[in-house]
Amino acid sequence: MNEPALLQAREVRKTFGQIEVLKGIDLTVQQGQVVSLIGASGSGKTTFLRCINLLEEHDGGEILLDGDPVGYTLSGTRRKRLSETKISAQRARLGMVFQQFNLFPHLSAIDNVMLGLTKVQGKGHSEAKDIAQHWLGRVGLAERAGHYPYQLSGGQQQRVAIARAVAMQPRLLLFDEVTSALDPELVAEVLGVMQGLAESGITMLLVSHEMMFVRDVSNHVVFLDQGKVAEAGPPSEIFGNPQNDRLKSFLGRFHGLFGRG
Amino acid sequence: MIDYHFDWSVIARNSGKLGDALLLGLWLAVVSLLIGCVIGLLAAYARVSGKKWLSAPVWAYVEFIRCTPLLLLIFFLYFGLPEFDISFLDKTQSFVLSLSLYAGAYMCEVFRAGLASIPKQYVEAAKAIGMRPWQRQVYVVLPVMFRITLPSIGNNLISLFKDTSLAAAIAVPELTFTARQINANTFRVMEVWLTASALYLASAYLIAMVLRLLERRYASIR
Repeated sequence: MNEPALLQAREVRKTFGQIEVLKGIDLTVQQGQVVSLIGASGSGKTTFLRCINLLEEHDGGEILLDGDPVGYTLSGTRRKRLSETKISAQRARLGMVFQQFNLFPHLSAIDNVMLGLTKVQGKGHSEAKDIAQHWLGRVGLAERAGHYPYQLSGGQQQRVAIARAVAMQPRLLLFDEVTSALDPELVAEVLGVMQGLAESGITMLLVSHEMMFVRDVSNHVVFLDQGKVAEAGPPSEIFGNPQNDRLKSFLGRFHGLFGRG
Repeated sequence: MIDYHFDWSVIARNSGKLGDALLLGLWLAVVSLLIGCVIGLLAAYARVSGKKWLSAPVWAYVEFIRCTPLLLLIFFLYFGLPEFDISFLDKTQSFVLSLSLYAGAYMCEVFRAGLASIPKQYVEAAKAIGMRPWQRQVYVVLPVMFRITLPSIGNNLISLFKDTSLAAAIAVPELTFTARQINANTFRVMEVWLTASALYLASAYLIAMVLRLLERRYASIR
């Protein structure tokens, strides 16, 4: 049998109160792939991403990370919720970048990057500092290491957040609409950093409304509609030859960017 | 009043005594605040724990302290506890205990509001890098909360400092008690009380200035 996919989601369901947000999502991410989730607001993209690193707990189906179920262990067929410590350990295998950056406001840029390295991974101060400095350099912010979040622009804050996530060497990096809260002129610098990461072979799963970017960097694109996968395929098919009507009308809203298939 | 002749030499003669008394008052306030912060933090976590058996007694403690006069608490602990054969505290320690319990109730409310005001996104970021629950509290929630609540902590310190004057009621030789003693011995009413007032005012104002500097130093949260 083949090695398990890095991330395998099967029939993932999630309900908030009366509202079923995820109605059975299937998705696979292989090592080194860039997979993008697109879809209208409320289609469940962000919820699905948050289920993967247990910021939300899915209540049906399964999510396997390197073959291990996320959030529980199986004893026979019964599911037993993991302890908080084990859940934290599972989260440490994933990185996440948020729409609102979520930098720790009381720490400088480099301390933001170092916190997980020292406290979660137990690295020594100087080693953590070298790693943090390296990644701040990679996102173009070596000169801003000592700045606090409030002293940085939105684009710079988001690049620090990316450095903080990627410095932990996660198996998979999750991006949740990371350019949606940015002023338009700051979007390019963040997308540029993400493109660099994609090209260096880091496995990424992203939710984005930047259709050109999705088309250019993704190996696989998944269109979510009302909590279900409505269409999935390589970007050339999704953007060049969409089949699903709702996908066609969704892409139509970005008219002018793509030729109609 | 019109015939009153000021004679400030009484202050010069007693300056050492007044200085010691002032320092004792400051020390009482700072120690009580520190103990009160520890009590308040534990109490605040109990209040937000969602566990009734933890939060209900804490709620009772906070409301009891907030709705009864501090002087009563001081009397109760100093005169009342020995009746139950609890008499290992001297009057200064007894007062520190009273003021700490008092401060703890107020700090509980300050910290509870502080904890509630921390944006969920910081906790989620801490979760996302794999921090355990206690690490999220120690490295993210508490430092952020400390910065948010710093102005309230400062106000409480100034209040507590002024409340140390109540220790005069059980003969702790802080500023008010000492001033009254000098008064009794010299009858220089105006000089002594004016000086005591000026010392309280100057000290409280100094504390406020230091706190403002601290707030500026930690103003990384906007």
